Amino acid sequence: MKHVLETKEVAGSPNFHLTRFEKLVDWAVNQSRANSLWPMPFGTACCAIEFMATAASRYDLARFGMERQAFSPRQADVLICAGRLPFKLAPVIRRIYDQMPQPKWVISMGACASTGGIFDNYAMVQGIDTIVPVDVYVPGCPPRPEGLLYGILLLHKKIKGESLFDAVRRRDEQPLDEHGLRLAPAEIDEISEPFGNSVHQFRSA
Amino acid sequence: MSKRTVELEVATTGVDAHGDPVRVPLGVAEEAPEPEIGGEHLLINLGPQHPATHGVLRLVVELDGETVVRVIPHLGYLHSGFEKLGEYRHYNQIIPLTDRTDYLSPMANNVALALAAEKLMGIAITPRCTVLRVIACEMSRIISHMVWLGTTAIDLGAFTPFLWAFQERERIYNLQEMWTGARLTTSLTRVGGMMADIPDGFVEGLRHFIATYPKTLGEIDRILTRNAIWAGRTQGIGVLTADEAINYSLSGPMLRASGVPWDMRKDQPYLDYETYDFEVPVGEHGDVYDRYLVRLEECYQSNRILAQALDRLPDGPINVDDPRVILPPKSRAMSDMEAMIFHFKQVMEGVKAPVGEAYVGVENPKGELGYYFVSDGTAKPVRWRIRPPAFINLGAISKMAEGHLLSDLIAINASIDIVMGEVDR
Amino acid sequence: MNPTVEGLKATFGDAIGRAGVARDGLSVVVVRAERLRDVVRWLKDTPGQAYTYLVDITAVEYRDRERPLELVYQLRAMERKTDLRVKVELDPQGELAVDSVTPLWAGANWLEREVYDMFGVVFAGHPDLRRILMWETYAEGYPLRKDFPLRGRFSRSEQVRQALNTNPEANYSLEELSIAEASDGLPADMRERLRRGERGRVPESE
Repeated sequence: MKHVLETKEVAGSPNFHLTRFEKLVDWAVNQSRANSLWPMPFGTACCAIEFMATAASRYDLARFGMERQAFSPRQADVLICAGRLPFKLAPVIRRIYDQMPQPKWVISMGACASTGGIFDNYAMVQGIDTIVPVDVYVPGCPPRPEGLLYGILLLHKKIKGESLFDAVRRRDEQPLDEHGLRLAPAEIDEISEPFGNSVHQFRSA
Repeated sequence: MSKRTVELEVATTGVDAHGDPVRVPLGVAEEAPEPEIGGEHLLINLGPQHPATHGVLRLVVELDGETVVRVIPHLGYLHSGFEKLGEYRHYNQIIPLTDRTDYLSPMANNVALALAAEKLMGIAITPRCTVLRVIACEMSRIISHMVWLGTTAIDLGAFTPFLWAFQERERIYNLQEMWTGARLTTSLTRVGGMMADIPDGFVEGLRHFIATYPKTLGEIDRILTRNAIWAGRTQGIGVLTADEAINYSLSGPMLRASGVPWDMRKDQPYLDYETYDFEVPVGEHGDVYDRYLVRLEECYQSNRILAQALDRLPDGPINVDDPRVILPPKSRAMSDMEAMIFHFKQVMEGVKAPVGEAYVGVENPKGELGYYFVSDGTAKPVRWRIRPPAFINLGAISKMAEGHLLSDLIAINASIDIVMGEVDR
Repeated sequence: MNPTVEGLKATFGDAIGRAGVARDGLSVVVVRAERLRDVVRWLKDTPGQAYTYLVDITAVEYRDRERPLELVYQLRAMERKTDLRVKVELDPQGELAVDSVTPLWAGANWLEREVYDMFGVVFAGHPDLRRILMWETYAEGYPLRKDFPLRGRFSRSEQVRQALNTNPEANYSLEELSIAEASDGLPADMRERLRRGERGRVPESE
């Protein structure tokens, strides 16, 4: 383990040992959390098939301790939203996310879950981060299994950098208003603005 | 290591520690009141997030005890506005959309769309392109049926065939990736041709697959077909007669398992399917077991078609020789003025279709997939309608599940072979 | 041209409008809306016609505002392996209503619900006409109409807000609520909804 000792600690002082102890506890907790993340596969569309392929023999999620897929959110660690999310499904994913116990993380797999993808229309949520907080975005349409595994490994890295003794509980966020929005409406409108080719495809003829 | 003998007093009802029968008196403390078993029906909600609904399908089930009285499906949880998007895109730009409706057999959808656009525009494709498209369709049939098999087996408790089936899919994915660059969202065809010709090594790879695939099918067959649990859970479940199947507009293996011998490849042929030598399995009882047998046999027959297609693959161009429809090769577009203008017009304005309409129905693994284009003379269709086999097949679920148990409902739902991307579009 | 067209003209006279052949070789015949069910029943039940298989029901609205909104029925005679396309023309600015063909084909049930959801066409006599792809209290309109913009009528934040407030438990159909009511298991607010016959509320805007 690599540590950067703060300058005010001196070997032998009680703060030094407490910090070493905290770091040891953090290391142990984070290792066990990261290496057995039970995924809640919220698979909707094509990315779900690539997720299934990642869980199958060739790419094998069991190497990462993730072969036990939790279809009940009460027993899940990480919500992997694999696939596009229409507005009809928005309250469902919010409820599933709320039902997951702490600690929980979210991986947004694929372009549609991250930004709405090619579906810039009346039916599609333009990114699940307008509804649930996301930890890792995995781009691709669909991402290759190696891509999803890279995203999972990034999440491992993120988890290993967390601390139990951190006063800020980022993942325990409350909605902004009584309607359940987690971002301000102006912000949702801004991140949902069309870009790239979407800008041109508003003319039907 | 030491051995110790432990004496255990084991008493089960009726047998004492020495194994002699013992009468246990029935001591009922007081008269327990008779429980009230009313005729209430229970309403259970399955989904939309559920491992056994094959996607985001919500089934509200009315139960009388454990028996299903009625199933009311709720759809639309994956509605993505495909048909609306199609009105804002050129015909070639719609092809990537078709990958994502039925994402289990993307190349078959690509082929169907190209056929529909070509029928609308009156374009005849080259012989090599025809055979390559047959290869693409049959490869798609195999991967779609493998997903169906794997997930149905998992729903009914058999986990191993899932892994075998997905391993076969990986082999086809290798070939798809070799050809198009993508495992799943292939976007293989273009109006008038294909995105690219098959690369070196493809034919050898496909021949190897054809030679070794029946072995895996045989293993799956051995583990499932005569298995008492499998037969017990699927025979006599979800029966639909031939007349009911026709009345519900079913298509594909659902229709054939009920005894109706209709296959678009034989009855309204396209892509020269009438010149291939293959059989169409037709079931008899219309239950889940027959649907399984029909799909398994279709995999063997697809293998046969693939072998014949490889044998007859002719040389020649894959794209029709019409620069107004097909992009000229990049080398010419960069050096020849006329080719550059054709390239510019196609990319910026799209290929204009004549006024009119056209419907093409193909035999997709799920059933009859139809694309209906209505054009007003511009490069973007006025209406793009997807005739979704999975949506229509799912409509019969309440009829099939009446009177069965809740666990049979899972088997019936699995046997319809739905893919929610196509059901909801 | 499919010989059925001649038979239709002979039997129904001026209820049959123009007929032609589409670019895919199928015969297309236009039928007056009020005679649709008779025509379709004749096509299905007459021994020589036997169009027993319903392939598809859909609707087409043209960009040209002068053209009518067409309802397209594609039927198939399986023995003769022939398809026929029957169209009904409706006024896109007027009332969009036609008889349902669900009594003839069970497969028409969901197909007609989808046309209702996407275009707003009301099918008289349909057993359960409610939205199928969008949620039941969807307030933006009928998506596949040409005056409906691609990205919808409301702003993105408004769409998210409305979607989050649809309350999945409210999305039980009246049929389902009446089943639960019969067994006394219904919460008070659902019982009130059942009594009023409504399908949920659109949340109040700011």
